[in-house]
Amino acid sequence: MKKPTCSPQGDSAQNQSALPIKTGAEIIVDTLIEQGVDTMFGYLGGVVLPLFDKLYDAPINFIIPRHEQGGAHMADGYARASGKVGCVVATSGPGACNLVTGIANAMMDSVPIVCLTGQVRTDLIGNDAFQEADTTGITRPITKHNVIVKDVKELQQSIREAFYIAKTGRPGPVLIDIPVDVEVAKCQMTPFDGVNLAGYKPQAKGHHRQIKMAAEAINKSERPVLYVGGGVITANASDELRALAQKANVPVTTTLLGLGAYDQMRPESLDMLGMHGTAYANYAVQECDLLIAVGARFDDRVTGKLKTFAPSARFIHIDIDPASISKNVNVQIPVVGDAKYILGEMTKEVQHKDRKAWFDKIADWKKCFPLKYDTKSPNIKPQYVIEQLWEATKDNAIIVTGVGQHQMWTSQFYKHSRPRHFITSGGLGTMGFGLPAAIGAQAAKPDALVIDIDGDSSFNMTMGEICTAVQYELPVKVCIINNGYMGMVRQWQELFYGKRYSKSSLKNPEFAAVAEAFGAVGMTVDKKSEVKSAIAKMLKEKKPCVVDFKVEREENVWPMVAMGKSLHEMDGLDIFESMA
Amino acid sequence: MKHIISALVQNKPGVLAHVAGMFAARAFNIDSLAVGRTDDPALSRMTIVVLGDDKVVEQVRKQLEKIIDVVKVQDFSLKDVIAHDLMLMCVHMPPEKRHEILALVEMFKAKVVDIGQKFVMVELANSEDKLEAFIDACRPYGIKNMVRTGTVAMGRLSQPNAPEGQ
Ligand SMILES: Cc1ncc(C[n+]2csc(CCOP(=O)(O)OP(=O)(O)O)c2C)c(N)n1
Ligand SMILES: [Mg+2]
Repeated sequence: MKKPTCSPQGDSAQNQSALPIKTGAEIIVDTLIEQGVDTMFGYLGGVVLPLFDKLYDAPINFIIPRHEQGGAHMADGYARASGKVGCVVATSGPGACNLVTGIANAMMDSVPIVCLTGQVRTDLIGNDAFQEADTTGITRPITKHNVIVKDVKELQQSIREAFYIAKTGRPGPVLIDIPVDVEVAKCQMTPFDGVNLAGYKPQAKGHHRQIKMAAEAINKSERPVLYVGGGVITANASDELRALAQKANVPVTTTLLGLGAYDQMRPESLDMLGMHGTAYANYAVQECDLLIAVGARFDDRVTGKLKTFAPSARFIHIDIDPASISKNVNVQIPVVGDAKYILGEMTKEVQHKDRKAWFDKIADWKKCFPLKYDTKSPNIKPQYVIEQLWEATKDNAIIVTGVGQHQMWTSQFYKHSRPRHFITSGGLGTMGFGLPAAIGAQAAKPDALVIDIDGDSSFNMTMGEICTAVQYELPVKVCIINNGYMGMVRQWQELFYGKRYSKSSLKNPEFAAVAEAFGAVGMTVDKKSEVKSAIAKMLKEKKPCVVDFKVEREENVWPMVAMGKSLHEMDGLDIFESMA
Repeated sequence: MKHIISALVQNKPGVLAHVAGMFAARAFNIDSLAVGRTDDPALSRMTIVVLGDDKVVEQVRKQLEKIIDVVKVQDFSLKDVIAHDLMLMCVHMPPEKRHEILALVEMFKAKVVDIGQKFVMVELANSEDKLEAFIDACRPYGIKNMVRTGTVAMGRLSQPNAPEGQ
């Protein structure tokens, strides 16, 4: 067997005096600590045992999920809540493959995580060895970068590069695949003097001329709209966004991932746009003369039919990723760089403008087309539960969701006001994300109130992680919006497949009983009158807690821009009127 | 529209797969792809001929630049570039056609690299249209076999930023 050990003599000859010689596993742990890792997630297996041996007494808070996918989502939730890099470990083959969904999820939502995977011995690679999978091959299209480290001498720098790449520029997941023999091979540690990659120079500041042009366009505009995505949260640029919007007097709409970047309690907030966005946000975008996109990527769920999207607008696009610009729409004023810097500079250049006609029009839309549901219904409306959760928690909770109708209602009926307080799977739309992401967020913010507003089917996918929450005393609260359906799928079947509810309802367990069996607290709520008290009880609970709200089964999410329709062609607005 | 994109990449395993995979995943059309070493052993050069309008090619360039192991990307418009393919071709050459074919080889500045009883192997390195013209000229005699590399390219020296572009 070829040993990639570098000889101690060789190194001392280079006169690299004091730094010790360590094994690959020790180097990994030391370098993780050097990079600021104090919490990580992961699962054991044969080829990562040398690493876990060194983690035995390392000063790292280690959380074992019940499934590696959960571990990846936990690292993701941890990163989103904290702004730090999340870190997850898995063994080779099945362990690495189980990470895949979590990695793709982090990729789509630009979340910085570093994944360490074990690999079979270097000399066995390519031989279909036991638990061998081509991990770098499998994850190449779903990572920002990945690498297999076959020489222990490259290990330390590769880990440093991984963290650097994960968190700079447009963040994303980075995977390092480490054969087990590299974990036991020895090598001298190297001092950390930064990372320098020839092909990677993320642009930090925006071009000043572009910033000036953008500001001038805003000053000239009669009907501008700020369209804000998750990039503003990633860039920690919410303060700068607020300063700009208020100084220039521009209304703000956000994407799903942008929720929390702008305080929705403020009058100039248009709330969310897109397929299930508010009518006033969608109308404003369709009628604006200038659309200022910040850290958003003109996703199809946002734009509707691209050809008729914001038809009379000029586009400013501020983004750290040059490839995002003019990918889906043609942008007149691109500004590549860090949103925090660019928004700050732009604020200096913009002037206050009254725009009375524009704000009057918006106020009119807001009055005519507010978000609505049947508040008089005796049944538990899902929207009611979410409103009550908002009433009971206000600015205080980190809200996490699964994927489906409950996710859309949570984006509509919870008033998001702070960045990093709404965590949801936007780009990939991964059911099962909610609970593990909430656990990760709780691990990042032990004192925070973390609530996973989940769907019954979404929760089913990863509910084994309740056990993880119990074991590590992470008191997450799960509110299941239990409609007994894959509700979002059922809605599409109702609207587009003649109400043929093909295979879209599953038999659920009694979730409260499951929670209790796992050692958490379980509650079931099937009367509207009990919703408030159940929430109050849940909030007092010190343990992880699952509350199963049996909601109206066939409620729909409105308004809705059907696939292929323009943003202003929303269905469901008349339903609102009949309720008025 | 045809564009020639030249990418300087880290000479590491997986980089070719990454680039090829990205093209497939984003539904870009590759006409040809040639990879080879450079004067720096740590770097390779990929020359990629892509089909698409300016918008598509712009995306190709940006997506390539996004790959960490891609160091530098250039997009050559066709007039600023020397772009050559290398071709080896076996042509049927009965004795009575020998003169004609060899004259053709001379005319196209091709080279005879091997000769057999019935066939001649010819090498030609030139621009794509020259290669196409040569193929057309040889076709009547019967082409037995033909291999071509993808295009490799270098910016013309008359370009303002040429030295850097090499
Ligand atoms: C892993 C995964 N599989 C399938 C889907 C497709 N899908 C989107 S929403 C949905 C139903 C979600 O049901 P539930 O979690 O109960 O939420 P609800 O819509 O009822 O609120 C499905 C199956 C998905 N998004 N993710
Ligand atoms: Mg459901």
